[in-house]
Amino acid sequence: MAKQSDTIIKIEHLSKSFGEKRVLDDINLDIKRGEFVTLLGPSGCGKTTLLRLLAGFARADEGKISMEGRDISDIPPHKRPLNTVFQRYALFPHLNVFDNIAFGLKLNKVPSKDIESRVRRALKMVSMTDYESRDVNSLSGGQQQRVAIARAIVNRPQVLLLDEPLAALDLKMRKDMQMELKEMHSTLGITFIYVTHDQEEALTLSDTVVVFSEGRIQQIGAPIDIYNEPVNSFVADFIGESNILNGTMIRDREVEFIGHRFECIDEGFGQNTAVDVVIRPEDIYLINNLENAAFTGTIKSCTFKGVHYEMFVETDKGYELMIQDYNAFEVGSTIGMLVKPSDIHVMRKERTCNTFEGTMIAPDKVEMLGAEFECNDTGLKAGDKVRVRVDFRNVSLLDYKEDGALFGEVKFILYKGDHYHLTVLTDNGDNIYVDTNDIWDNSDVVGISIAPRHLRITKRV
Amino acid sequence: MSIFSKLINRRSNWAVPYAIFLAIFVALPLLLIVLYAFQDAEGSFTLQNFVKFIRQPEAVNTFIYSIGIAIITTFLCILLGYPAAYILANANLNRSHTTVVLFILPMWINILVRTLATVALFDFAKLPLGEGALIFGMVYNFLPFMIYPIYNTLQKMDHSLIEAAEDLGARPSVVFTKVVVPLSMPGVMSGIMMVFMPTISTFAIAELLTMNNVKLFGTTIQENINNGMWNYGAALSLIMLIIIGVTSLFSDGDEQSDSESLI
Repeated sequence: MAKQSDTIIKIEHLSKSFGEKRVLDDINLDIKRGEFVTLLGPSGCGKTTLLRLLAGFARADEGKISMEGRDISDIPPHKRPLNTVFQRYALFPHLNVFDNIAFGLKLNKVPSKDIESRVRRALKMVSMTDYESRDVNSLSGGQQQRVAIARAIVNRPQVLLLDEPLAALDLKMRKDMQMELKEMHSTLGITFIYVTHDQEEALTLSDTVVVFSEGRIQQIGAPIDIYNEPVNSFVADFIGESNILNGTMIRDREVEFIGHRFECIDEGFGQNTAVDVVIRPEDIYLINNLENAAFTGTIKSCTFKGVHYEMFVETDKGYELMIQDYNAFEVGSTIGMLVKPSDIHVMRKERTCNTFEGTMIAPDKVEMLGAEFECNDTGLKAGDKVRVRVDFRNVSLLDYKEDGALFGEVKFILYKGDHYHLTVLTDNGDNIYVDTNDIWDNSDVVGISIAPRHLRITKRV
Repeated sequence: MSIFSKLINRRSNWAVPYAIFLAIFVALPLLLIVLYAFQDAEGSFTLQNFVKFIRQPEAVNTFIYSIGIAIITTFLCILLGYPAAYILANANLNRSHTTVVLFILPMWINILVRTLATVALFDFAKLPLGEGALIFGMVYNFLPFMIYPIYNTLQKMDHSLIEAAEDLGARPSVVFTKVVVPLSMPGVMSGIMMVFMPTISTFAIAELLTMNNVKLFGTTIQENINNGMWNYGAALSLIMLIIIGVTSLFSDGDEQSDSESLI
């Protein structure tokens, strides 16, 4: 007999668009047998779409999904050897608990004696013994979800897909169910693919977390690695609380940020390279002795959070940091701070300025992002293809969308200690990155303008 | 504070006009029907009207015949209306709301006008008027009342239930028989209520489309009342009301919402 391969599901170059919007962009992912994998990301990031493609409810535009080495892209959902637990349970209201759970078994022509015992066992597994003849509409949300889980696992699928199964439950119930799901996973020994937007849930449950944003996989890793070693500022911001700051890698093992130089353990970034620095709020130590401190600051606010206090500190160079500590410090007092080299996490910057492609329409006019922009006289001819660079600082956002050369929607806001780094999505689907001190909210619609002198234009070859 | 504002401030008083309306136009006529049914022409109590109905084979036969026509009409309406409603409610097959309106549109035209038009149509096509024309006219007139409640339940059905059934291994045809059909039964029941009952008592369609050759129970009632036999007519009406009441017991209370949203 051939040795069973370790990978049960292989996703290759999978893409899917709804109209103009690309919800999944070239997804590649291997899922191991018996693994608990979580697809994590904010709403609209494509994680649910990926689950629907796995279940067969939607078809991919490109790429393929294979299971046990067999391409299942063209197999309809009723022939796929996997089962789904739906977000809103999707129990059949015209059937009682027993018939709901037996639905799949009956279709697969399982002898009725076996159906009886398998339904009983599934109900026992979800702690719902003796509920067989109950009407599903008379059950609470938590009970309905248990029945939905029983209905899926009773068919003994090799892979169980769970679409935010706990999202509709209250906090206490959710915590209990998380533990039960984890237990169920180890008892059944099958692969769980779990979709959630709750990072804590993902870190608690999974063997592997796959972080999604904007239809792309940002990072794949064990929960502890995702938390401690986020690959970019999106992951760092999405998983847990963090201070994300602009920094400069001076040389190997030395980084400068918030106006100070620190020893760190990262290497290989080159000299004087712009980087992002992540420090978790619990990794900054507050000390009363100012002389031994790496830097000093003033406590701006202090809030009790149950186990710890959450404080905002303004540093001596004017940066704001979030710090968590078991001790409270008096608001207004000056304190010293220390950071261990191993707690400073340095990430390569994805970009240091906006880069757009455009076409000259006059020596002092360029067309890009679907709009016209004035620029300084470049000496280039109309029709020349050009590359335009604009620093994040030099993009202005305006209250009224009509006032800008074009407009967009604020999609993602990152606080960087002394300014905000925004991602603005234009109508054409282009991202413009902006550094600003002004406060905007997610999904604000803003006008975008760029002063002519800030367009740095070079000819494309 | 004036008496008027006191009256208007009590929420329950707002129901008074409606209560009066219901009393005069619903409760009182029903009461009168019952009263008339148990009286003879002189106004004294009698069961003679009911005895007459049972003894007269003609009236009983008309009644049974009317129910037969109503059953055939309802059955044909389900047969034609269910697929139509399914297509209208399916986003893959019908993308516009206008098509739905087109199916409802005939209901905006008066039933007599539509029936007269049907007569003209049969004349034009040189088709004979009679039983066949009667059933055609009935189905044509009542089909929208079947389509709309079914369309409504199918439209409101949670799509994830269909996906759940597919996920559990159901072929499209099994999804339809095991999930879609059972879940749309409330709509079908509403449709039956709205088609079956009015068809029993219809008389205009029968008169026009059969040249008065086929008599339905509605016609019998109308004839008796026209001829001044109020008490017998009331008894026949009461019998019909009871039959209608019995059929409506087959339907649950919550299904009313589907037919109500039609209005």
